[in-house]
Formats: sequence, structure tokens, C-alpha cells
Amino acid sequence: MSETLLEVRDLKKYFPIRKGLLRRVAGQVRAVDGVSFMVRKGETLALVGESGCGKTTVSRCILRALSTTEGEINFTIGGKTVDLAKMTRAQLRPLRRHMQMVFQDPYSSLNPRMVVGDIIGEPLLINGMSNRAERRRRVLELMELVQLPAAYINRFPHAFSGGQRQRIGIARALALNPELIVADEPVSALDVSVQAQILNLLLDLQDRLRLTILFVAHDLSVVKHVADRVAVMYVGRMVEVAETEALYSRPLHPYTEALLSAAPAPVPDAISNRIILEREIADPANPPPGCAFHPRCRYATERCKQERPEMAEVEPGRYVACLRWDELSLRGIAAMT
Amino acid sequence: MLGFLLGRRPALSQAERFAVATQLQLTWWRFKRHKVAMVSLVVVALFYLVAIGADFLATTDPHATDSRTSYIAPQPIQFFEADGSFSPHVYGLKGVRDPRTFKLIYTVDPSRHVAIDFFAPGYEYSFLGIRTSTHLFALRDPQRGDGIFILGTDQLGRDVWSRLMVATRVSLTIGLVGVSISLFLGVLLGGISALYGGLVDNVIQRTIEVIRSMPTIPLWLGLAAALPNDWSVTQIYFSITIIISLLAWTDLARVVRGKFLALREEEFVMAAELAGASTGRIIFRHMLPSFLSHIIAAVSLALPAMIISETSLSFLGLGLRPPAISWGILLQDAQSIQSLALAPWLLAAAVPVILVILAFNFLGDGLRDAADPYG
Repeated sequence: MSETLLEVRDLKKYFPIRKGLLRRVAGQVRAVDGVSFMVRKGETLALVGESGCGKTTVSRCILRALSTTEGEINFTIGGKTVDLAKMTRAQLRPLRRHMQMVFQDPYSSLNPRMVVGDIIGEPLLINGMSNRAERRRRVLELMELVQLPAAYINRFPHAFSGGQRQRIGIARALALNPELIVADEPVSALDVSVQAQILNLLLDLQDRLRLTILFVAHDLSVVKHVADRVAVMYVGRMVEVAETEALYSRPLHPYTEALLSAAPAPVPDAISNRIILEREIADPANPPPGCAFHPRCRYATERCKQERPEMAEVEPGRYVACLRWDELSLRGIAAMT
Repeated sequence: MLGFLLGRRPALSQAERFAVATQLQLTWWRFKRHKVAMVSLVVVALFYLVAIGADFLATTDPHATDSRTSYIAPQPIQFFEADGSFSPHVYGLKGVRDPRTFKLIYTVDPSRHVAIDFFAPGYEYSFLGIRTSTHLFALRDPQRGDGIFILGTDQLGRDVWSRLMVATRVSLTIGLVGVSISLFLGVLLGGISALYGGLVDNVIQRTIEVIRSMPTIPLWLGLAAALPNDWSVTQIYFSITIIISLLAWTDLARVVRGKFLALREEEFVMAAELAGASTGRIIFRHMLPSFLSHIIAAVSLALPAMIISETSLSFLGLGLRPPAISWGILLQDAQSIQSLALAPWLLAAAVPVILVILAFNFLGDGLRDAADPYG
């Protein structure tokens, strides 16, 4: 694979906790606490983790829907690399067209007061395609791309099913021919029967339009289907990054192992070896000392409670943040079908 | 949310109509199902028609006094002659002074008919800037003391019906003007509060809490009492409107702020932001249309409160003052036991107050329910 499109370096995003009448800052929620990874041009990188681990926050910071607390977000476009984290709203505006988002909830992500044609056409209008006929032509082209009948152009979102709405959302994201699509759990709000259609559509579009996708998900079985590489997050930090196949067959981090064991097996009579994680996910406002995962980790030692593991490249293209990764031999999901 | 709506769509054959229906249409369809609200809408519309054509509906100059017609009881209009032919008229009245109480007692004189003409000339008034003297109905050639007293007269011999018509205009427009001012203040301050947040938000919200915790009546009294005595009726009218709306904007400001904050978190707003939309476009294209319906509902619920405020202030003698005519001022005449005992018809002004307040409340309820097709 080729050059890097996006490089996130030591990204941090803290949300202040305010209390009292004067809304004094009483603490910080470390939603994202030092995350680094990169996305290569044309690949699909999946960002997985439990609810509340900060994966959505990461994706929103990358698109600068949220401001960042610290860190760099280097985006390479047209041979030039810019740090999105340091840009103002006005500076970001011309760059927006290169990166777009597909949202999780297809119900709240479409303005109920606009017809499909206006929803898909809005990015075009904002970015200077003021000719109505030209815009309409492009909208119809996009609708065909996501397999929506052209007759629906004057319909309001309330007339569509979840899957169709998600297609509208995808068409809107594609309107400006972006390089990068950030898909924030694009299928988790859909029926299982529709999920596959939307996933296949995304993969198909990725092939045809040579898109780079950052795919945020909590469902490993979905990820296996779409991702080239997987990045696993736990309580605001990255714990493991690897090629999908390597990660699934041979996880190096105990948390990844637990996640994999929870994924439904494709073989009906497979023996369930599910690892049940004890206790709650750590509170990002008050993370435990040492490795944030140690209170739930089966392999934790005294050292894990004190020393925080840093992410390291342990094999070419494999990163893991665990003090004991080389001592453990963890169970993955065997051969991929 | 959506399933509920789809489940209740008119018919499958209308699916296409439904699919391309705007929010306004969806709201209207839902509103139409609310029968009480529909009736209320008609009632409110009729009241505003009366407000527009107040002088046209009045029979005599509402300011004209005549000591000879003091406290005349309501007199019915006779529509037919004895032989059954249609000829609207009223009977003449004969006043006899009671030798013990010196009170004028009116007896109907059925032998004397005073004919009524429709679209006949009466006192001169200005309708939408045009000077005219045409009224819906008037007496053909009245003698002194004759009149159409549908709702009787007050102590000064002024026709209650005519005064009620003009009072309707004053009381209903004071509500409209007042709501417009508080709407402006509410949207502006609520919007600023939500948009800027932080210290600005804090200051505005705490101010609202302080205003809301003040007992309104004494505050109105204080402010209204501060108005100079020698101000003209128009000046007093506008000052009272401003005083009422200065206290009433807080509700609207909260609605606007709440909706603003809720919508800012909506993903479609973020989508517009990510597409590079300007703040102005996000507010006016995406956020404002989404809470416009809520504002309309809030306004229709704020209007009756305004009307009640004006009526109570004027009733207490601290709002509008005579010679202005409003519902509160008409009710002021019915304040004493004496006048109530002698002339219970002076209470007539309470009926439209009750009617219009009820109608506005039902209308507001219906609008609020219909406003959010996804709620």
C-alpha cells in the first residue's frame, strides 16, 4: 500500500466537568488520551472498542467537529501536509470537501425539513456549485451511485426506511468527491438484513472511487468484513493496531482477545470460549493508574498496576500497548473464511 | 417515532402524497385531527375579525355619553312586524323617574317602532385609513334617547355593545404587540444565550430566573404607577404593552435556548457544519425552520397570558385608563356591588375574555401537539 493520507499523533481530547452555580471546572474527562495512528491512502482502517472508549470522539476530532486539546492531525492532500488540529474554522472550510462523514443515526442525520435533492445537494451548493441544473444532475448521479431511484429526489426523509436514509447520508458524504470518509458506526443503527447491503455498498464505492475509509465500529464481525487494518481502543487510548487477519488470528493484547472471544462464531457448533470481562469499563474521568485495562485483565501483574505501557511497534506494522505482550500467547479466531 | 407516523398515514394510495409532504403540511394534517383546536382556531379568527371591524359593528359612538340613557337594560331587536313581515326595529323607551329613589325607570313602549337599517350611516370612524360612517346596522331616524341597546348601557349612558366591540380591538391588539416584543426579546436573548454560552449564557439565565421569581402583579403595579398621569391614551397603551412584554419574554427565551441547544447536537446540523456551511446558513436553513413550529405554539400560549395581564391591570385601574376602552376598563365599571346589582349586564365583557383565553389555550395545545411530527 501506498502513502499516508492521515496521521494522528498523540491526540488528546479532554472534556471539562463543570459543577456548581458558577460552573467551575471540577475535573476532566479524558475521552481521548494520547492516541496515535495513521491511515494509508485507499485502505479501510477500523477503529473499534466498547461504548465510551473514545472512538467517536477521535473520529469527530479528525473532522474537527470537535476541537482538540492536544496533538497533531496531519492530513496530506495534493502533496501538501496540513495539521488540522491547529486550523481555525475559516481555514478548515476549504479543506472540508476532502473529508466527509457518514453518521451513525440515519434518522437524526438528515434534516427532516429538506427534500432528498436538497440534502444531497447542500454540500455542492455550499462549495460553490450554484447552478441549479448542474447541481440536480450531480445529485441524480450520486443517487444512482448509492442505488436510490431518481424518482425519490423530491421526497422528504420521513418517507424512507433506515437503510435508504443511510444511502442518502452516503450520497451526501460523497457529493464533494472526498478522499477520506469517516464512517461512525454506519450500520449499527440498522437491521441486520440491511447492514450487509450498506456495507457492500460502502466497499463497492471504495473500489470505484478509491476512497479511504476510517470505519468506527464496536462490532468485530462487521469489521472483519470491511477493514484492511484494525485499531483497538480502550478508555481513550490505543491498545493494539494490526492488519485485520493478523489481529484476528493472533491478538497481542488481552483486551483484543476478550473482544474477539465475544464476537459471534460463524460456525454453529463452535465451542464458545467467551471471556467474560469482570467489572465495569474504567471511568475516563478517573482512570486507574498503570495500564487502564489492568482491573479487568486476566493476565495483570503487580507491574501492570503501576507502569503504564506505551504503544510500540513490536513487529512490522503491528503495534501493541501491553507490558506482557511477548510473554502471553493469546487466543484469536482461527482461520478466516 | 417514525413508525407511529407511518402507521397513521391517511391511506396507502396517498403514500406518494405523504412522501413529498412538507413539514408544514404534516403539521396541518395533524392539527386538523384535533377537533377542539380547529374550533378554537375559528373562534380566534372570528375575534380578530371583530377587532378589525370593531367600529363597523358598533352601533353608537362608544365615547358618547347621554345622561338620559343611563343604565338601560339590554333591549332585544325585533325582526318581524305583527303581521309577520320582515322589518327589524327596536321599541321606543319611556323614562319615568321613581318619586322615592329618583331613579329613572325605563319602560318599553311597544307602540313606537324605530326601524333599523343595514349598512346605514352612523358616527364617523376611520377603517384602515379610510374615513367612513357606514355601520353594519343603525337606526333610521332616532329621536333623542333612542338607540340599539343589545347589551344595555352603563352609568354614563354609553352603549355597552359598541364599547365591547372597540374594547375587543384594544385588548386583542395589545396581546399581539406585546407578544411581538417579547418574541423579539426572547429569540434574541435566548439565541445569544445558547450560541455564546459561558458567561453570557449564565448572566442571561440568572436574569431570567430573577425576573421569573418576582411576583408579577406588584411589579406591574409599580411600573404602571410610574407612568406619568398626563400621557395620552396611545402613550399609555404602548407603555403598558412594553411593561407586560418586558416580563413575558422569559418563557420564550427559554424555549428558544432549549431548542437551540438540542438542535446544535443534532447530527444533521453537524453534517452541514462538516460540509462547510457558514454559521448563518446553519442557523437559518437548518435550526430555525426546525423550531419555528415550537415558537408558534409558544406564542399562541403566550398571547392569552398577555391579554389576561392587560385586563387585570386595567381592571385594577393601573393599566389603560379611560377614555381608553379595553376589556379591563369595561370590567372596571362592574367592580362595585351597586353597579352589579343595578346593571348586571356590565359583566358582559367577561364573556369574551373567557372565550378568547380558552380558545387560545386549546389552539396552542393543538399547535404544540401538531408542531412536532416526530415527537
